[in-house]
Amino acid sequence: MQNIEFTLNGSQIEVSIDPRESLLHMLRNRLGVFGPKEGCGKGECGACTVLVEHNAVNACIFPAGKVDGLEVVTIEGLQQGEHLHPIQQAFIDTGAVQCGFCTPGMILSAKDLLDHHHKPSRQEIRRAISGNICRCTGYSKIIDAIEYASKDVSKS
Amino acid sequence: MYDISTYEEATTIQEALQYLKENPSSKVIAAGSDVLIKIREGKMAGASLVSIIKIEELKKIEKDKDGNIHIGPLVNFTQLEEDPIIREHLPYLGQGGGTMGGPQLRNIASIGGNICNGATSADSGSTLVCLNAQLTLTSLDLERVVPIGEFYTGPGRVDLKAGELLTDIVILRQDYEGYVGKYTKFAQRKSMDIATIGCAVMMKLQGRVIEDFRLAYGVAAPTPVRCPVAEAYAKGLTLTKENARAIGEKALEDVSPRDSWRGSKAYREQLIKVLAERAIWELANGGGEQDA
Ligand SMILES: Cc1cc2nc3c(=O)[nH]c(=O)nc-3n(C[C@H](O)[C@H](O)[C@H](O)COP(=O)(O)OP(=O)(O)OC[C@H]3O[C@@H](n4cnc5c(N)ncnc54)[C@H](O)[C@@H]3O)c2cc1C
Ligand code: FES
Ligand code: FES
Repeated sequence: MQNIEFTLNGSQIEVSIDPRESLLHMLRNRLGVFGPKEGCGKGECGACTVLVEHNAVNACIFPAGKVDGLEVVTIEGLQQGEHLHPIQQAFIDTGAVQCGFCTPGMILSAKDLLDHHHKPSRQEIRRAISGNICRCTGYSKIIDAIEYASKDVSKS
Repeated sequence: MYDISTYEEATTIQEALQYLKENPSSKVIAAGSDVLIKIREGKMAGASLVSIIKIEELKKIEKDKDGNIHIGPLVNFTQLEEDPIIREHLPYLGQGGGTMGGPQLRNIASIGGNICNGATSADSGSTLVCLNAQLTLTSLDLERVVPIGEFYTGPGRVDLKAGELLTDIVILRQDYEGYVGKYTKFAQRKSMDIATIGCAVMMKLQGRVIEDFRLAYGVAAPTPVRCPVAEAYAKGLTLTKENARAIGEKALEDVSPRDSWRGSKAYREQLIKVLAERAIWELANGGGEQDA
């Protein structure tokens, strides 16, 4: 076992992990953080997407020990008190959520994009979510949501 | 839980080399996007791993006083695409890396891992072969420099000896200065897919005459390959549609594509011709990416 310390959704965390486990495994099975989903388990679907140091990564192929000393954000960390993050709100307002399985990952990929590029084109939005698979929506509403959110986010 | 027997984290090159020497059966892991997938599939089950991902000195991109560009093997593909030196001098390398997987993968996957994994489909492979990248391989006892074309020894095989680490990827000034270039990844999907054929073209133009020409492919042979026959043929030709097509045709003498479930040999041959022709024509007309 190995002890690591990192920031999870703004709080400092100390946890004992097995160096063989993935970040996804640690979040779900040790810390009870269920926002990141396990879809494929091999980097292909994006359901497990989280932010490490503000960059979207697939938690399923990210060794847990690597987050030692770093900052991790999951979907649970986006809401401010009662207020949903503008991207979360935009997903609701534009009808971009159906079953919801892909949603946490989609929103975090969108956050990575909007944190780095304030006014993305639709093409850039498509590229930013190209590592996230959605079986339900057909993507159009998701792209609308992110475009809508980009107007809100760039205001704040 | 990944089936790993030991996992050691090195924070300096020296530490990693020491560990590799003392544990010759251990395997290097950078971001792990190839290694962990192999472990998951049982191909490297029980591996003993030494992680190099925390070695900061391997994450830099620099231009030295001679104008040679040094790319640290731990540079990831997002960093590569956005780096100002790469944008200025090797935009087609950054753009090519930008065709890999999806953003989450590019945020972690390293260029050194892409090379050392030895896949013919590696999206940095054919461009680096075109660029004649010089690889610095370091062990505790020795440092040697190998041109990437000699580093690839077979499908999934590279000339990396026990105890060695790839510590630098150097693009010499003479290999990029004055060239325009383009990497085309042809795949069934625009993201999250492996190339059916990858095609890298570099040209130096003198007006409408091709002064120098370099061509390489991925998935057209067991490793990424340069095309000496087509290159020799192209030099001195005037840029016309007919010549672009003829160069693409010539490339067939340099390659040995195979049938696979992603595409037949015949389909790949067609792509090999057409992708070169299109890239040449696009570069001839000011498209593509150029050393500024
Ligand atoms: C979902 C998914 C999609 C992918 N899509 C693409 C794609 O579109 N195009 C593409 O080209 N690849 C793709 N890959 C493959 C992979 O992401 C790349 O090859 C990547 O660049 C590997 O880098 P890494 O840091 O993850 O390497 P690792 O997995 O850590 O290592 C790969 C190999 O290189 C060795 N190694 C790494 N660094 C060094 C070093 N400095 N010195 C010595 N040996 C070293 C390791 O021992 C191992 O054998 C994909 C992978 C996944 C999981
Ligand atoms: S579960 Fe991680 S990418 Fe699919
Ligand atoms: S909403 Fe169901 S997978 Fe995207």
